[in-house]
Amino acid sequence: MNFVRAHVLVCTGTGCSSAGAEGIISAFEDQLKKNGLDEEVRVVKTGCLGLCAKGPNVVVYPEGVYYNYVSAEDVPEIVEEHLLKGRPVTRLIHGDAEDASKATNLTDTAFYKDQVRIALRNCGVINPEDIDEYIAYDGYAALAKVLTEMTPQQVIDEIKASGLKGRGGAGFPTGLKWQFAANSPGPVKYACCNADEGDPGAFMDRSVLEGDPHSVLEAMTIAGYAIGATEGYIYVRAEYPIAVERLKKALEQSHEYGFLGKNIFGTDFSFDIGIRLGSGAFVCGEETALMVSIEGKRGEPRCRPPYPAVKGLFGKPTILNNVETYANVCWIINHGAEAYAALGTEGSKGTKVFALGGKINNTGLVEIPMGTPLRQIIEEIGGGVPNGKKFKAVQTGGPSGACIPASQIDVPIDYENLTRIGAMMGSGGMIVLDEDDCMVDIAKFFLQFTVDESCGKCSPCRIGIKRMYDILDRITAGKGTLEDLDTLEELAAHIKGNALCGLGQTAPNPVLSTLKNFKDEYVAHVVEKRCPAGSCKALLNYTIDPAKCKGCSACSRVCPADAISGVVRSPFVIDQSKCIKCGSCMEKCKFGAISKG
Amino acid sequence: MPNTKTVVPYSGTPEQEAQLKAVIAEYKDVPGGTMPVMQQAQEIFGYLPEEVQIMIAEGMGIPLEEVYGISTFYSLYNLNPKGQYKITVCLGTACYVKGYQAILDKIVARLGCPVGSISKDGKYSVDATRCVGACGLAPVMMVNDDVYGRMTPDQVDDVLAKYK
Repeated sequence: MNFVRAHVLVCTGTGCSSAGAEGIISAFEDQLKKNGLDEEVRVVKTGCLGLCAKGPNVVVYPEGVYYNYVSAEDVPEIVEEHLLKGRPVTRLIHGDAEDASKATNLTDTAFYKDQVRIALRNCGVINPEDIDEYIAYDGYAALAKVLTEMTPQQVIDEIKASGLKGRGGAGFPTGLKWQFAANSPGPVKYACCNADEGDPGAFMDRSVLEGDPHSVLEAMTIAGYAIGATEGYIYVRAEYPIAVERLKKALEQSHEYGFLGKNIFGTDFSFDIGIRLGSGAFVCGEETALMVSIEGKRGEPRCRPPYPAVKGLFGKPTILNNVETYANVCWIINHGAEAYAALGTEGSKGTKVFALGGKINNTGLVEIPMGTPLRQIIEEIGGGVPNGKKFKAVQTGGPSGACIPASQIDVPIDYENLTRIGAMMGSGGMIVLDEDDCMVDIAKFFLQFTVDESCGKCSPCRIGIKRMYDILDRITAGKGTLEDLDTLEELAAHIKGNALCGLGQTAPNPVLSTLKNFKDEYVAHVVEKRCPAGSCKALLNYTIDPAKCKGCSACSRVCPADAISGVVRSPFVIDQSKCIKCGSCMEKCKFGAISKG
Repeated sequence: MPNTKTVVPYSGTPEQEAQLKAVIAEYKDVPGGTMPVMQQAQEIFGYLPEEVQIMIAEGMGIPLEEVYGISTFYSLYNLNPKGQYKITVCLGTACYVKGYQAILDKIVARLGCPVGSISKDGKYSVDATRCVGACGLAPVMMVNDDVYGRMTPDQVDDVLAKYK
């Protein structure tokens, strides 16, 4: 084997792939060959490095130099300067650290330095398509330990002691779930994985599957051993083609190596995993609906109890954990429950992956210990709100979640605190909103989503959410009344109390939390017929300030509705009855004479 | 447009039908095999007209009603064909706050086919899709499997120009 003196890691997560990672890989391979370095420098395709906003991302080891916004044209320079002459290309180095000269190493950057990567430990580090690299990073060591040194009950006890809770949304203790399934009698049980990550704004499961698929397969096998299952399914969204591809490859490889199939590690334990593709129904992320969907039917939820641990897939005891939950399991087995429980807070142990999106500089994936204050996530790791705008709120938990207002920015993020302030962890999507976002409109956006995705089985969800949506639609059109606000609360209470499954029970949350924290915005829409954020089109009026207008006519020329008229060199006026509120005039005006409100 | 009725006549070839038969044979005895068969049927034919649904129902030995029920429940099954270039705009939250509406409007205006429809020449179809998980690149549009991130309305023409 050749001595490899440097590794070039190219992120091939979804973000970087679409930004041109493939071209960069082939450029590196060409250039290395051209410079005679192809024997001593290896190019590795990795999973997501996290900082999707600045992709394509490349890391060069042994130094750990972190390059952003790399293009294929930059590759010759990196090869010649850095790999041949040993001088990192400073203009491409990620520069968010306080002292840019020191930020040559990935782990020194403000984005990474406070992160503790457990679930994402291998993402961006190994080639997800190569089982040998996974093994080199302790892969399948946990499974070996479990099968040869531990009893199923010891495995469950270890998971219980770690304090791991389900990372998919509800936060149910994982060890307890396993215990229930283990206690259920019967020769046939299933250990399944929920990879139907449907919450808009969350993509941590996608990144784990794309960056470290073996860690999920290994953990599922461990779960199977713990509860006494011999079979499992992983239900993954068809919208994630790269993840599906890598999972299939990983399954093949682990069969080949004997980590799946009959008599794993020469023991009498056998386990196998099948892949099932979702077909685009959000409700299938709900556990009973997911199982009905694996059974090949319309994914409508069932009543609970009986819980899946007693009667689940094909009527047999089943556990269902989400991808991120599984991604923690092998680490816990390898490092011990104590090490895991040492991280986080009293009631929420370990780390949590968040997907930062929306109005924030460093969009991407971050993994931090539970209890990290929101302020640190937004301002330090996330790099703040772009364009000098004011931070307004962060939306967590997708359509089931809530908006945390700026006044709560110092709250430490864990399950208990989020519940206390009326929000929820959800799957970990965090959409940052700034002063231009209308909270009524955001609530309407989420209700539109749940209206579309309601399966229609129970009426509180099917009819109730639609009525709530209609009311919000009225309010954003300037036709709401104060009475509507009371009706919203009343409907919300009924739906929360009576809907069949989690989708319906949590659907009113975005409305309730915005009503609670941003009531003044609702009132402004209803009473003053005004949208304070300037986002609801029906309530906007564009006006020209005669004192600032120079009469250049630029606005009237760009107006698609011929709504602006005037005489050159004297102030122009907008005819409100013709104005379609597109905002083109405001963008065009060089004198800042046009305002909206 | 409700996805409940096929309006494009069936034009499957014997080869496609043979392919489907092979898939059905593979999954006939697999528990929960109906969905994988339907997913592959859609890959083979591009959509699931009534004729294909009947083949699946008869092949799998289940009522047609069940196949139709599944195909109208899940958003990935199409009862009508998609364009040669399938254009989708992500409707996720991150894309929403970063302004996907302007992107979608521009595409619809350029191609003249409303969301959920196919252009007259069958070349383009425009759809809004659920979060594709590329939130770091919001707003995002896709043409077939190619992802375009950090879109602005001005870039729409450049992207569409690649698919003639």
